[in-house]
Amino acid sequence: MQFWGYKRKEGRAGIRNHVLILPTCACGSESCRIVASQVRGAVNIIFNTGCSDVAANTAMSQKVLTGFACNPNVYGVVIIGLGCETVPHNKLREKIQSQTSKPVVSFGIQEEGGTLKTIEKAVRAAREMAAQAAMQQKELCDISELLLGIECGGSDATSGIASNPAVGELSDLLVDMGASTIMSESIEWIGGEHVLAKRAATTEIHNQIIQVCKDYEAHLEAAGQDCRAGQPTPGNKAGGLSTLDEKSLGCIRKGGTRPVVEVLEQAERPTKTGAILMDTAGYDISSVTSMVAGGCNAVIFTTGRGTPTGNAIVPVLKVTANARTYQKMEDNMDVDLSAIIAGTKTYQEMGAELVDIIHDVCNGKLTKAEAYGFSDIAVDHVCRYV
Amino acid sequence: MNVNALLMDERDNVVTCVADVPKGAQVVYKKRGELCRLTAEEDIPYCHKIALTAIPKGGEVIKYGESLGQTSEDIPAGHWVSHNNLFSVPRDYDSEMVKL
Repeated sequence: MQFWGYKRKEGRAGIRNHVLILPTCACGSESCRIVASQVRGAVNIIFNTGCSDVAANTAMSQKVLTGFACNPNVYGVVIIGLGCETVPHNKLREKIQSQTSKPVVSFGIQEEGGTLKTIEKAVRAAREMAAQAAMQQKELCDISELLLGIECGGSDATSGIASNPAVGELSDLLVDMGASTIMSESIEWIGGEHVLAKRAATTEIHNQIIQVCKDYEAHLEAAGQDCRAGQPTPGNKAGGLSTLDEKSLGCIRKGGTRPVVEVLEQAERPTKTGAILMDTAGYDISSVTSMVAGGCNAVIFTTGRGTPTGNAIVPVLKVTANARTYQKMEDNMDVDLSAIIAGTKTYQEMGAELVDIIHDVCNGKLTKAEAYGFSDIAVDHVCRYV
Repeated sequence: MNVNALLMDERDNVVTCVADVPKGAQVVYKKRGELCRLTAEEDIPYCHKIALTAIPKGGEVIKYGESLGQTSEDIPAGHWVSHNNLFSVPRDYDSEMVKL
């Protein structure tokens, strides 16, 4: 299978060709928003951190920012910094330039003499970059260039019964064609980690999966917190998910059945091809943020209760097997998988249909969250999200 | 009568209702291709679980062939299984590790 994408000099092909307006810290975020609103083809990130941070948080912020810049869906990057943040714009630019040959420019608000002067320069730079990006022709790319992030959020009992197994089938079919997928949300492996670990390609990966869950619980325990307090969420419980174990046993099915070839830290880029896991929060926005920073060029998102979430860099395709949710929230849902619950189609049949739908998204079809311009982001910290 | 509940694994002692089931109504699910029935002894909301057999206090609720946790009270067959009578049990991670 092939799709029409944007070839990059390094790494995978893009399925979008955005100019990314990237803040170094929270103080640059508003200027980035204004610049992106002025230039067609530009997207911006609202960044909530980047200053007054301990070393581990700075490292995470840098991993996410450089990961966003290097994401295959990004043609070029315009960075806006303040001047007194932990990592200034020129340092971030140099870091990004050491990892990619795509165009990157940067400005500092204090250096330029305020927001208006910075915005003027940044708009000119973004306009020029967007003009060049528009000239890049799509080329046929093999499906192996696809790195699909697999997410679930606002889960109910239909997620584990129907939409997650269908997406698991999709993952298996894509992996068999040579593509790669990432399943994240390690807190939502807890209670099902022994089942997930059976998919490990090696004994080391088996133990890594168990260790990730053990460490997550220990991390929260050290702060006097219990991972079972926030999970399942009130919405999950109302949707029939009684315990974290029940939620997890349903959640892990979205990763399919193929051998797990690698377990990544959050926002880390894969070195292997196939079915991959990433240790992230169960908080969906944060998990998607980490997978996009890790280089996913598309995300599929299962939901039971319904959610509008989207990402600035990567299309997020929303699927649900809850017929009521699809009907009530059709403006946010891309695919109705309720035929599985109704018993008129199997999850395997719907998984095969999802291959064609993801193929369309790779070829440029906008998802609903993408068409609305949604750009949720949450960068995890040393005191992790749950 | 149409199926209104799903059995995920033959070992399970609950099924998930895929419609609102009022008290006294029949819950119908498939097991090995055969239709099975039980009567709901209380209202079961959409997407929620109903006990197929009596589960004693401290017993395990099984779905997907795996334990969802332990019950905090006796749950007779036909009753609603939810976060109100089921709780998660801490894992024993060390026993799950494979010796290298």
